[in-house]
Amino acid sequence: MDKDFFFDKKKNDPISRVDGRAKVTGKATYAAEHKVPNLAYGFLVGSTIAKGRIKSLDTKSAERAPGVLGVITHVNAPKIPGYQTGKDPAKPPTAGQPLRIFYDNQIFYYDQPIALVIADTYDRALFAAKLVKAQYEKEVHQTELETNLSKARIPTGPRKEDYKRGDADGYKNAAVKIEQEYYHPVEVHNPMELGSIIARWDGPDKLTVYTKTQGVESTRNSIKDAFKLSPENITVNAEHIGGAFGMGLRTWPYEIAAIMGAQKIGKPLKLALHREQMFTNVGYRPETIQKIGMGATADGKLVGIFHEATANTSAYEEFTEATVNITQFMYACPNVATRYRLVPLNFVTPIWMRGPGEATGAFALESAMDELAYALKLDPIEFRLRNHADIDPEHNRPWSSKHLKECYEMGAEKIGWKDRQLEPRSLKDGDWLVGYGMGTGSFGAMRWVATVKAKLQPDGKLLLQCSVNDMGPGTATMMTAVASEAMGLAPDKITIQMGSTKLPPGPMQGGSNVTSTVGSAVHDVCAELKMQIAALASKEGSPFRTRKVKEVKAEDLVFSDGSVALKKNESTKISFQDLFRRNNLQGLEITKESKGQEQPYSMYSFSMHFVKLRVHPATGRVKIDHVVSCADAGTIISPKTAASQMIGGAVGVIGMALMEDLVVDHRFGRPINNNLADYHVPVNADIPNIDVLFVNKKDPFTNPMGSKGLGEIALVGVAPAVANAVFNATGKRIRTLPITPDKLMET
Amino acid sequence: MINFGYTRVSTHKAAIDAVRKDSAAQWIAGGTNLVDLMKKGVTTPEKLIDINNLPLKDIRKEGNKLYIGALALNSEVAENELVRTQQPLLSQALQAGASQQIRNMATVGGNMMQRTRCPYFYNTDMPCNKREPGTGCGALKGFNRMHAIFGTSENCIAVHPSDMCIALIALDATVLVTGPKGDCRIPFQNFHRLPGDAPHKDNTLERGELITAIEIPDNPYQKHVHYLKVRDRSSYAFALVSVAAAVDLQGDKINDVRLGMGGVAHKPWRLTEAENFLKGKTATEATFRQAAELVMKNAKGYGHNNFKLKLAPNTLVEALKTATVKA
Ligand SMILES: Cc1cc2nc3c(=O)[nH]c(=O)nc-3n(C[C@H](O)[C@H](O)[C@H](O)COP(=O)(O)OP(=O)(O)OC[C@H]3O[C@@H](n4cnc5c(N)ncnc54)[C@H](O)[C@@H]3O)c2cc1C
Repeated sequence: MDKDFFFDKKKNDPISRVDGRAKVTGKATYAAEHKVPNLAYGFLVGSTIAKGRIKSLDTKSAERAPGVLGVITHVNAPKIPGYQTGKDPAKPPTAGQPLRIFYDNQIFYYDQPIALVIADTYDRALFAAKLVKAQYEKEVHQTELETNLSKARIPTGPRKEDYKRGDADGYKNAAVKIEQEYYHPVEVHNPMELGSIIARWDGPDKLTVYTKTQGVESTRNSIKDAFKLSPENITVNAEHIGGAFGMGLRTWPYEIAAIMGAQKIGKPLKLALHREQMFTNVGYRPETIQKIGMGATADGKLVGIFHEATANTSAYEEFTEATVNITQFMYACPNVATRYRLVPLNFVTPIWMRGPGEATGAFALESAMDELAYALKLDPIEFRLRNHADIDPEHNRPWSSKHLKECYEMGAEKIGWKDRQLEPRSLKDGDWLVGYGMGTGSFGAMRWVATVKAKLQPDGKLLLQCSVNDMGPGTATMMTAVASEAMGLAPDKITIQMGSTKLPPGPMQGGSNVTSTVGSAVHDVCAELKMQIAALASKEGSPFRTRKVKEVKAEDLVFSDGSVALKKNESTKISFQDLFRRNNLQGLEITKESKGQEQPYSMYSFSMHFVKLRVHPATGRVKIDHVVSCADAGTIISPKTAASQMIGGAVGVIGMALMEDLVVDHRFGRPINNNLADYHVPVNADIPNIDVLFVNKKDPFTNPMGSKGLGEIALVGVAPAVANAVFNATGKRIRTLPITPDKLMET
Repeated sequence: MINFGYTRVSTHKAAIDAVRKDSAAQWIAGGTNLVDLMKKGVTTPEKLIDINNLPLKDIRKEGNKLYIGALALNSEVAENELVRTQQPLLSQALQAGASQQIRNMATVGGNMMQRTRCPYFYNTDMPCNKREPGTGCGALKGFNRMHAIFGTSENCIAVHPSDMCIALIALDATVLVTGPKGDCRIPFQNFHRLPGDAPHKDNTLERGELITAIEIPDNPYQKHVHYLKVRDRSSYAFALVSVAAAVDLQGDKINDVRLGMGGVAHKPWRLTEAENFLKGKTATEATFRQAAELVMKNAKGYGHNNFKLKLAPNTLVEALKTATVKA
C-alpha cells in the first residue's frame, strides 16, 4: 500500500475519528443505554469476607422491600447447565475452574457476588441489596504476595515451561553484573464506562444481550457454554465501548448473573456494576515481583540474563501473561533463562491490562538495562545499540521488519538527549533535579482471522460489516481509511457496521491485532470488489473494451469517487452506477474471510520512549516535563487515531509509574482505596507535552497494508523510562512502583 | 430507596429550629461531602434542610476585617478580588483543594465541616471510632499512610482534610456562629478539636449551631505568602502534608510570621512555637530548618506514615523558602 497516501495533504487530510461526533454528542449508544422496554434492574451483593463459606443468608427483608422482583442466591439460583459439567477445559489465559456464580456457598475473594437483587428501578435494587444479610464461616485468607512466596508454583496451563538458551547462570560469570528485584502492586483497568449488561430472553432458548465486551463472538461462546444454547440463538451486541483496557477480554460472572436473573424473573434485566465493584470483580494487572540477573563484558556486550516473574492469580483459576517473554528476544545475548511462577491469592482472577505482561516485564528488563549501563558507565542508548538483536535470538530467524534504531535516533533528537549527563544529579533547575530516561518496548505483531462483508451501491456508497467492535482505538476509522484508499472513495461515502454477532465474524479487540486482522480483511474484500468491477468492465459493450483489449484487470484501473477509469487513459471512465445498470445489478455484495499465513519471520512492533522530568528532592514531588514516544508499527494507516493511541498509552503508564496502587488491608483481605478519589490515575496537570513519532515504514510480511500493532507498544517501556529518568535526576533507583513522593524525598 | 425529606429554609431561625428539634435532620450546603457520606451509609439523615437560600454569601470589608459568608462558594472566595489582594494565602489554599467542579459547589461552612477521608471511616463494615464509637480504630494498625502524626490518640489517628482551614488557622480567623443560645464567636484554633476519647466529635459546635461567616483581621501578609501542598498527584488529591506560610518580611528580617500545617493532625495545625522562634530572625534556610525541628518535637509515626516525620519539616522549610523569595 502506498504509505504516502495517508499523509498526502493534497489527496486527503488525515481522516478524523469517524464515530467521534456520535461519541461527543451522546449519540453513540453504550451497553447500559440501550432502550429495552419493560426493563428490570439488578444489583449485586458482595461478600464481606475474603475466604470461607456462607453459613446462612437472610434475603427476606430484601424480598419484601418495595419494587423487588426477586433475589437470586446460591440457594435458589436456576441450574446453569454448563455449571453442572464441572471442570471447564483450560482456556487461555486461564486454567482451572472459572468462578460459577451462585453455584455453591464457597467464598474465594472479598466482594464475590453472593446475591443478585432485582427490582423495578435501579435505586430500589440498590436499597434492597443493603438488606441482604449473610452469616459466614470464615477461613484464613491470603491476599499478600510477599508473605506467600513460598507457595509460588509452576503454572499448569500456559507458560508451564521455563525458557533457556545457553547457560541459565551465564550472567553470573560476567565482568559486570547486577542482580535486582522489581515490584509493582495491583493496578485496575477502571475504564470510564462501568461493566454493564442488558440481557433479554426472546424465547425459552433465544437470548439477546448488550454488554461491555471486547469480543462479541467470544462472549457468545461463553454464554453458549454456560447456558447450552445454540449459537445462532444468541445475539451479542457491543458496538461502542467506553474504554476497557483488557477488562472486556473475558465474560465475567456478573454477565452470567444478569442472564440468569432475566431468565428467572421473565423480564429483560439491566445490571451495571457500581464503581467500587470495578475494583474487585473484573480483573486487574496482577501484583508481580520480578528478579533480574544481568551481566555484560567490560565493553558492554551482554553475557547473560536471568528473569523470573512471580505474579498472583486467584484461588480458583490460573492467569498467566507474557511478563518474561520480552527478555527472550529483546537483546542479542547468548545466555538467557526465564521463569514464570504463580501464587494463588484470595482475589478475583486477573486479566490482561493494556500492554499486559510485556509492560510489567519491560519495567524490570529496561530498569535493569539502565542499571547495567550505569555500572558500565555507558550511555543507555549506546548500551542498547551494542546489544541490538539483528535477528530474533529466541527463534533464531529474521524479523519481518525492525526499525528500532531509527526510533532511538528520532526520539533522542526530539527529547534533547544530548543534554543528558551520565552522572546522576548533574542537571538542576533551581531546587529541582532534572533527569532523562528511556525504555524500549515491543509486542508481537499478530494477525488473526476476520470476515468482512462489503456492499457497494450504485451511488458509490460502500457498507462494510464485521462483528469486531471498537473499545476506543478507532477501529471503524481504520476500516474506513483502508477502504477509502482501496476504492478511491471519500471517507464519508463509507459506512461501517460493527459490534454484533449478527455480522460476519471478527476477532476480539486485544493484543493489538485488529488493524492487522480486520484491516487486511477490508483490504481483501475491496480487492475482490475491484476484481469483480474489472470483470464487469471487461464485458461486451464496456467502453474499456476495444478490439485489442478483451479483458481489463483491477490493476489496470483507477478507482475514484464512485467511478472507475483506465490507468492508461483516465478519460475513459465509467461510474459504478452506469456499470451496474448496464449489467442489471443493484450493486455488488461480497463476503470474504481473510487470514495471515505462517511466515519464516518473527513479527513484532517496537517502541522507544523518552522521558524528561524534574524531581524536587526535599518533598519528593515528580514533574514530568516531556515524553517522546517513537513507534515502529509498520505502515501507519490512520495517523490521528494512531497518535491518540500512543498518547493514551503514555498517560496510562504515567499512572503505572507514579501513582496507581490498589491498597489491600490484609487483615480484612480487601482493598481500601476502591474508589477514584483514593485510587489515583493521572489528571491533566500530571501530563506533559507528549510527542509521538512514527517510523511509518511498511512491513513486507505482516499483512497487505504492512501495518503492525500499536495499542500495546504505546505502554510497554514507558514505566522504566520514568524510573530511569528519576535515577538520572536523583541517583535513587526506585524498583518498587508507584514512585510516590515518600520514596524520593531527602533531608 | 432510602427515603429522606428535603426542606429549603430562608431564615436562620427556620434553619436552626429544623435541626434543633429533630436529631435526624441535617443541613445541606453544596452537598459535595454530605451526599457522598449518605451514599456510603456513613451518615443517614432523614431530613435534609437546604440552607443555600440563607443570605450568607457576602464577601466584604467590615472595618479592619474581611468578612466571608458561610455560603460563599470555594471558587468565589478563591477568585474574589478582596481575598486575592488582602488574603492571598487563603486564595492559594482554596485553589489547591479538590477540583474546579467541586469548588464551584462547595461552601465555606461546608468546607470547615467536611469529615475525614480516612478509608476506615468511609467503609461501614470496618472498625472506626469516629463513625461508630467503641468499634476501634482501623487505621492504627492498618493502612495509615495518610494519617496524623500530631495530637493523635489511641482511638483515632485520622486527619482533617481541608486545605482552606490551614490558611484560616494561620490567618487567625474567627468563626461566627448563631444558634439556639444566640450568637457567638469562636477563634479558629478552638473550632476543630483533637480526637482524645471522643473522636466522633470533629469540632466544638453544638447541635443547632450554624456557621454564618468567618472573619479575618487585616494583616501584613500580602506579599510573602505560600501554600505548599505535597500530594500524590498534581491536582485532585488530598495533602500528604501541606503548609500555609505567611511572612512579614523587612529586608531579610522576619518581623512576624504565621504558619499552619495540614495533613498531619485531626485539626488544622498551627505552628506557634516555630512562629515565635522565627520572629525577629533572619530569613535563611538554616533558620527555617531549626524552626522545623521545633515543630517536630512531639510528632509520632504509625508505620505507613513515618515518612511524614521527614516530609513535614521539609515542606515547612520549602514553603518558607518560597514565601520569602524576594519579588
Ligand atoms: C473527590 C473530592 C476531593 C476533594 N478534595 C479536597 C481537597 O483536596 N482539599 C479540600 O480541602 N477539600 C477537598 N474536598 C472536600 C470539599 O472541599 C468539601 O466536600 C466541601 O468543602 C464541602 O462543602 P459543601 O458546601 O459541599 O458541604 P456539604 O456537603 O453541603 O456539607 C458538609 C457538612 O457541613 C455541614 N454544614 C454545611 N454548611 C454549614 C453551616 N453553614 N453551618 C454548620 N454546618 C454546615 C453540613 O450539615 C454537612 O454536615 C474534596 C471533595 C471530594 C468529593
